[in-house]
Amino acid sequence: MSNESFPLKLEGGDVPMVRFDRVTKQYGDLTVLDSLDLDVKANEMVAIIGPSGSGKTTVLRMLMGLELIDEGVIYVDGQPMTHMEKNGRLVRAGQKYLRRMRSSIGMVFQQFNLFPHMTALQNCMEAPVQVLGLSRKEARERSLELLKLVGLDDKMDQYPARLSGGQQQRVAIARALAMRPKIMLFDEVTSALDPEIVGEVTQVIRKLHDEHSLTMLMVTHQMGFARDISDRVCFFYEGKIAEQGSPEQLFDNPRNERTAMFLSAVLEAD
Amino acid sequence: MFDWRWDFTIEILPRLLEATGNTLIAAGLGYLIALVLGLVFALAQRTPYRLLTFAVRESIEFIRSTPLVLQIFFVFYVGPQFGIRLSPWTSGMIAIGLHYASYLSEVYRAGLDSVPKGQWEACTALNLSVRRTYTKIVIPQAIPTVIPGFGNYLVGIFKDTPMLSVIGVTELFHAATSIGAETYRFLEPFTLVGAIFLAISLPAAMLIRRFEDWIRASLGMTKLHAKD
Repeated sequence: MSNESFPLKLEGGDVPMVRFDRVTKQYGDLTVLDSLDLDVKANEMVAIIGPSGSGKTTVLRMLMGLELIDEGVIYVDGQPMTHMEKNGRLVRAGQKYLRRMRSSIGMVFQQFNLFPHMTALQNCMEAPVQVLGLSRKEARERSLELLKLVGLDDKMDQYPARLSGGQQQRVAIARALAMRPKIMLFDEVTSALDPEIVGEVTQVIRKLHDEHSLTMLMVTHQMGFARDISDRVCFFYEGKIAEQGSPEQLFDNPRNERTAMFLSAVLEAD
Repeated sequence: MFDWRWDFTIEILPRLLEATGNTLIAAGLGYLIALVLGLVFALAQRTPYRLLTFAVRESIEFIRSTPLVLQIFFVFYVGPQFGIRLSPWTSGMIAIGLHYASYLSEVYRAGLDSVPKGQWEACTALNLSVRRTYTKIVIPQAIPTVIPGFGNYLVGIFKDTPMLSVIGVTELFHAATSIGAETYRFLEPFTLVGAIFLAISLPAAMLIRRFEDWIRASLGMTKLHAKD
């Protein structure tokens, strides 16, 4: 692919923390993302909403490097992430480069994905020790602090099977935070939870947003939460951002017909 | 017609028990080879190198579709024509090890496939290395899935060791055949062989079930078998 029109890095006064530059993703004939442009400022909280199949989860997965993109470039903190510079041109990122870029991003999954054979504490300590090279003592202290942040320091020695869904998800958040990411991705993190325990997870996210400087992208079906917490809401439809704006604008005065239809359908279901 | 001779039975028992030692060594050694090679085969099929994956896949199919006894013969008798001269023991271990490695690689494969995709993704998101992902996250979770298969094939390889007698490995079956040839009495030696196989297979199968439960319990999973 020709990358002539993509900058080697982003410079200037207003470099976004994340930039999707004309990113396209296809599965066979199906175009999941269609030349997507998206900027996320440092410390901004962006909620991504939309019908299923609209490509919203794919956005997070590509940013995490779980899926390759077909066209375009993703930049993180001004540096290309999906690509790297070689002889003054952008080429596809190698594994080593990708790993380095990935270290500034943390992700929390819908299905928690905790390691079932490790305790809550071990789940949090594993990557800091193995990847960041922290001593076990340092990693333990850091993990305990984060388990405390999510309100689960008393459950540190429990295996995931002994924890409720909400507790597991909070451990998963602590685990991701233990890597000290600049960007946190939340992929429908409350969708697998019983309604009465959704609150304990959203509270933690809210706390992160209020007390920590983190850039966050959140795919969610919880319109109330998205509206409450996010700085900006993006409505995805058929692989594109059909509409975006402040929560008030988007929820109260959607300009796009699709947004209005989606919102009325979702809010009615609630 | 039915003349079981106890004095003869007692006379040949030490010789058969000694040969049982060889049977156990053959089964154990063959199984060890199969465990290691099987993992190599399974991992080779997960690499992005198409040609390697294809070659390993087809070799496994080939080995699984031909009789073990033929493979044993092949290594021992055809090898020398290519200048590869191996002792019965070495040939036998290579043949039976390769044969069971092909089966065990399928067990490994099923075990690795049983680990949810989300576990791999969590490892990627946490930037764990591929090696660490396998050794610390994926393989430990695959173990409960593979133990029944591993146990079955352990008993299986043990019961297949008599085939090694065709190239002169002096294991239990070989010893019984020799006794028969020397004394023209077959009833006692072969009955004893059956009894010895039974006496080892049955407790082994039980131990494997216990071991499986123990592993599952230590990984915080539920038991599959009631305590017996």
